[in-house]
Amino acid sequence: MQQMTRRADPAPSRWAYKVQRLWLTPVFRTGLRTGLPVLVVALVAGIYLGNEQRRADLFAGIEGIKRDFQERPEFMVQMMSVDGANEKTLKAIHELMPANFPLSSFDLNLGELRDKIRGIDAVKDVTLQIRSGGVLQVNVTERIPVALWRGPEGVEVIDAEGVRADKLGTRIERPDLPLIVGEGAKQNVPEALELIAAAAPLKERVRGIVRVSNRRWDLVLDRDQRILLPEDDAIRALERVIALEQAKELLTRDVAVVDMRLADRPTIRMTETAHKELLRVRGVKIED
Amino acid sequence: MIELYETQRAMRGLRKAALQRGVIAILDVGTSKIACLVLRFDRTDSFVEGEDIGSMAGQAGFRVVGAATTRSRGVRFGEIDAMAETERAIRTVVQAAQKMAGVRVDHVIATFSGARPRSYGLAGAVDLDGQQVTEEDIARVLASCEVPDYGSGREVLHAQPVNFALDHRSGMIDPRGQIGNTLSCDMHMLTIDASVIQNLAYCIKRCDLELAGFANSAYVSGTSALIEDEKELGAACIDMGGGTTGISIFMRKHMIYADTVRMGGDHVTSDISMGLSVPMSTAERIKTFYGGVYATGMDDRELIDLDGDSGDWEHDRRTVSRTELIGIMRPRVEEILEEVRARLDAAGFDHLPSQQIVLTGGGSQIPGLDGLASKILGQQVRLGRPLRVHGLPQAATGPGFASAVGLCCFAAHPQDEWWDFDMPVERYPARSLQRAMKWFKDNW
Repeated sequence: MQQMTRRADPAPSRWAYKVQRLWLTPVFRTGLRTGLPVLVVALVAGIYLGNEQRRADLFAGIEGIKRDFQERPEFMVQMMSVDGANEKTLKAIHELMPANFPLSSFDLNLGELRDKIRGIDAVKDVTLQIRSGGVLQVNVTERIPVALWRGPEGVEVIDAEGVRADKLGTRIERPDLPLIVGEGAKQNVPEALELIAAAAPLKERVRGIVRVSNRRWDLVLDRDQRILLPEDDAIRALERVIALEQAKELLTRDVAVVDMRLADRPTIRMTETAHKELLRVRGVKIED
Repeated sequence: MIELYETQRAMRGLRKAALQRGVIAILDVGTSKIACLVLRFDRTDSFVEGEDIGSMAGQAGFRVVGAATTRSRGVRFGEIDAMAETERAIRTVVQAAQKMAGVRVDHVIATFSGARPRSYGLAGAVDLDGQQVTEEDIARVLASCEVPDYGSGREVLHAQPVNFALDHRSGMIDPRGQIGNTLSCDMHMLTIDASVIQNLAYCIKRCDLELAGFANSAYVSGTSALIEDEKELGAACIDMGGGTTGISIFMRKHMIYADTVRMGGDHVTSDISMGLSVPMSTAERIKTFYGGVYATGMDDRELIDLDGDSGDWEHDRRTVSRTELIGIMRPRVEEILEEVRARLDAAGFDHLPSQQIVLTGGGSQIPGLDGLASKILGQQVRLGRPLRVHGLPQAATGPGFASAVGLCCFAAHPQDEWWDFDMPVERYPARSLQRAMKWFKDNW
């Protein structure tokens, strides 16, 4: 039997040959292998995102997934626990809280919150911590009020550093605290406190202490009596006045000012009526 | 002459461009097979300034990265017979080689065996007036060679200066810088049929490739099959191909003669086919498996089955003894070798100091050929294989690839040709632009 099968031509067609040569061209090859996929992806993304509605949907979807993750129970803060704050501060802190609990810990900016709480007058320092179990722990260190300071804006409660801890309407609200007045008084609160402590025997009569010229102190008693204290050794001078009071009842008499500024020459100034009375007693007549 | 300069120089420019790009293809268009090698040149050492006219200095490091062979179609006697078929064969082989190399090839150097090469010896001389020989003087002496009338329809393929003589000292390789009165040179010129070149160039152009040079296959297989001292002392390379047998004679490292016998292995096959009345494919198979030129007593008993599918039982079950096969092959091989002998005698090969003969090409693989050849051609006969080049696959190291490998060497180390030197100024046509440019350069 004669087989009439024709052997296939091994030669590539003109087109196959050209295509293979084109494919072996480096520029074409890289263009097709990387350029084309990049182009297609960019095109698809561009067409998809070209529509306003789809873009919004896409972003909403992403936002939703993000929210779902952030609102998992393990990230939720259920309640706040404040330690070391009194009623008034607690109220202020509650007012500062951004929203109602429960909320996600991703929404809580603890640093910003801490700065805000520090802005409250009565708070000296605060630490915030999200504890396991979804509790926002707020540890507050309050300022300890030691004195009242009366300035142009009214009466303030200050701590030992002279920083305002609270504002008062009138001085009567805190009768237990001494009153400090005058320029530079706030910066020298411990000194003033020492003087007031030294004036304990006169406690009933002390109205406050005044910083004069940001240099020295005046102790003000009732009946407009003043004890002018020197710049140095003010406590010793005060103790001498107290000793005089206890021995000679100096302050009980009708004296307006006890001037102790010169240590070797204490001086007193009498009131107007006391002066006239003394002249009358002495029988001095002053002609007009 | 001017057109020759221009075409050859254009191809030289293409070759240089291809070497710069680093990839060039070698195409051996033979009668029985077409081979393509893809070469990659790695420029290890830099191009030497001022030596660009020499042997492409510094471009030697090449490597074969792709190799492919296919059965040739449409080629007879080393000439293109059916253009479309040949084009398809070239496409096949180039595609396969490109695929193996993984690079796209744009420039191709081709070789072919046919086109009736004819050798001419040219001589020229110029006066030097006791000056040093400069490059211009060499160009002048080359231009002074008297070109014979080689007939219309023929083209110069190679024109290589083979010898320079200064006054009475001959045999110079490079006379530059020496002082003398008369410089003369001998040149070997090889002409071929122009139509063959045009057909090949058209085929290659149809494959989107650029022809960057061509060479005669007898010449290039000589460069790869002969060893250095054979080339130096004088030797002939017989490239026994399918349709033609190429002859090239080398002396002092230059080819001095080339010719082609228009007979080859295919004629042996067709003799077998006719003598045994078997198809050509069966004849080819029998020739390659059982062929030979010396019969021994053993061969009488070795019977070869001549398979056929004619349907006739008697016809399909014939056998032939190996002695009979050798009896068919030997006269034809002898005829080829006798013809080669005649060409060598005509070229005056017996006057050379050394008469080494090297047989190469696919036809040289017939067992016992060297014995037969030494009886006809002379005592000094050996079988030659091509040089080992870097990266050549094992399948392409046989003698059948001598011309392909030689063409690789030709691409890497081209020999100086006439057109590699600048044309002397007085040879330019009058009022040419270059002359005006030269005048400007000289005077400004």
